[in-house]
Amino acid sequence: MPVADSKPKPKIKKEVEQMPKQEPEVRRKNFNEVALGYTEEQAKAEASRCLQCGKPQCVAGCPVEICIPDFVKLLREGKYEEAIAKIKEKNALPAICGRVCPQEEQCQKMCVLGKVGDPVSIGRLERWLADWERDRGNAKIPEKASPTGKKVAMIGAGPAGLTAAADLAKLGHKVMIYEALHVPGGVLVYGIPEFRLPKRIVQAEADYIQRLGAELQLGYLIGRVYTIPELLKQRGFDAVFIGTGAGLPAFLGIPGESLGGIYSANEFLIRVNLMKAYAFPVYDTPIRIGKHVVVIGGGNVAMDSARSALRLGAEEVCIVYRRSREEMPARKEEIENAEEEGIICKFLANPTRFFGDDKGWVKAMECVCMELGPPDQSGRRRPVPVKGSEFVMDTDTVVEAVGRTPNPIIQSTTEGLAVTKWGTIVTDANGRTNLDGVYAGGDIVTGEATVISAMGAGKKAARAIHEYIMKK
Amino acid sequence: MYKIVSKRELAPKIKYFDVQAPEIAEKAQPGQFIMLVIGEMGERIPLTIAGSDAKRGTISFAFNEVGKTTEHLGCLNAGDCIASITGPLGKPSEIKNYGNVLCVAGGVMVAPMLLQVRALREAGNTVTTIVAARIKELLFFEEEMKYPSDKFCVATDDGSKGFKGLDFLKEILEKEKFDRCIVYGPVVMMKTVAQMTKPFNLPTIVTLTPIMIDGMGMCGVCRVTVGGKMKFGCVDGPEFDGHAVDFDELVNRQRMLLPEERLSSFMWELQGGCACGR
Repeated sequence: MPVADSKPKPKIKKEVEQMPKQEPEVRRKNFNEVALGYTEEQAKAEASRCLQCGKPQCVAGCPVEICIPDFVKLLREGKYEEAIAKIKEKNALPAICGRVCPQEEQCQKMCVLGKVGDPVSIGRLERWLADWERDRGNAKIPEKASPTGKKVAMIGAGPAGLTAAADLAKLGHKVMIYEALHVPGGVLVYGIPEFRLPKRIVQAEADYIQRLGAELQLGYLIGRVYTIPELLKQRGFDAVFIGTGAGLPAFLGIPGESLGGIYSANEFLIRVNLMKAYAFPVYDTPIRIGKHVVVIGGGNVAMDSARSALRLGAEEVCIVYRRSREEMPARKEEIENAEEEGIICKFLANPTRFFGDDKGWVKAMECVCMELGPPDQSGRRRPVPVKGSEFVMDTDTVVEAVGRTPNPIIQSTTEGLAVTKWGTIVTDANGRTNLDGVYAGGDIVTGEATVISAMGAGKKAARAIHEYIMKK
Repeated sequence: MYKIVSKRELAPKIKYFDVQAPEIAEKAQPGQFIMLVIGEMGERIPLTIAGSDAKRGTISFAFNEVGKTTEHLGCLNAGDCIASITGPLGKPSEIKNYGNVLCVAGGVMVAPMLLQVRALREAGNTVTTIVAARIKELLFFEEEMKYPSDKFCVATDDGSKGFKGLDFLKEILEKEKFDRCIVYGPVVMMKTVAQMTKPFNLPTIVTLTPIMIDGMGMCGVCRVTVGGKMKFGCVDGPEFDGHAVDFDELVNRQRMLLPEERLSSFMWELQGGCACGR
């Protein structure tokens, strides 16, 4: 305990209200949500810690500009309905953001309380309000502008597309969302596991966006079934927003990668999350997990894969990362969760090849030890192989979580669309591409990033689209 | 929902559906495929498009009942609905006037081959078509295939009809000069034919059906090695240069989850299979 403050200032509770979680021993055996959320009392107590700053810093840290102090104040006054409405003015997906946003890097990083103790747990409050509203049922639909007669198409029902759709629908435009998969949500359903983001919550938020008036077409791969020029010229859309994400898996490109038992993180997570392979054979899509699972990578996708493997019955799960703990891009909270569950991290090692058994299944992986050299372009110290330090580890299941690259289908079927050498779409700060009426945002523009940054991009693009079509 | 308009049994365990899917019908080209999900708990499976009728708004495909999903699909009848169909996916075949083309089709893939043969013929090619099956009872589309083909013959593994095996191909290749060969069939057959055409330097196109989940480049389970490089069956294919494909690796990858597939099939039968579906 810190020594009591001598100054007779207003009483500030420095410690954050802890959120109940499933115990590691229990949760490592199920796919239920790990974090259980605040109780009403806890939410109110945490909200009371907010200083209600005159010049709130937290708002500046929020990519979608939620009026944080206002909703927190309403919450602590018990005006829950008004509080959630305040959030939804800016954010149509609060139950999702409350769970998967890296608040510690955004709003909470800016919180003034953070200078003397723990910042206000804004994300948990957002989550509590969203859950409160959903559990009560019948989420209120905000007033919409009168119909403008304008039509906008969203390509992809992920975080960027859903956010842009919500904003444009509220502005009175007719919105059609085209999603290539058979369920809406994009990375929220195929990428993020059930135990971090229950899929019924994604479904509920997608339903809310449809209740706002947006239409959703599933199983429509734009580029193949319609092209963007067709949407604009033949199907009567005034503008198009591309939010197709970074859904293509990167591979290491080392020998033995085609052996059985080696999955891209995308394949692994799509099987488990989207297709619910954890419930095989009740659900039809299978997955096979061995005893010694190795996950390669240090991001959130690696954590999600490792924790899923554990829940699927692996005896041992080891994360192999080529840099050290400090450089891990995963959220600190997720690394802690993973380690609590018993996942082992092996740092400063990089796979060099895989060995298979006589049935073509992986049985071992060779790695080389790494050391950290001078910083690279990302500002992190660059890992360099240590000569002669190769070692072999036994494994029967490997998940490669080494990045995702942009989906190329739109770029290759839209003539004249400006694309970078990495395959991302070029836009200005408001999501405008070089083609008239064509906007883009999220991972398809930035490369693999966060849910909330994609939502922020969707919001900005929606604003720009609104201006554009109203002038048309 | 996608309504089944008609259902035909082409051979034992091989069924052919016409399904209402107007948007896909308008765009489908030879060589492309669809991803299909029967219902909420279903898996996503790829099926090669065997026909499309933009006027009627239907697409057609054939499938072999080899596992739970295809067996379940086979239980559905005209009037029933399929939850989700996405397409057309994959790169279309390159159809142009090559001159003299040899088409070899086997098993269920005879159905989509018909589309190829018709398109190649329309593009001005001379087409020799070979239709193969394990036994004569599994042959179908013989008449349909004869019509657009300049030359046509049948082969069975057991010799119950037409040529016995595919060894006769060597003679044909020695006698006649072809400009392009297209093979649609089981992996082993495609490998055999590709090996036979190689000494003749005959450009040989094969269509690969590796395991797929999303079918649009996201999961990478369909990765195949072609000319030493990793390619995705779904977005870089499904058609590839048959002389460059690593078929042994493909066979291995196709068998990866065989025990799980068998379990799924077994559970389905245990629950009453078809009877429960209806």
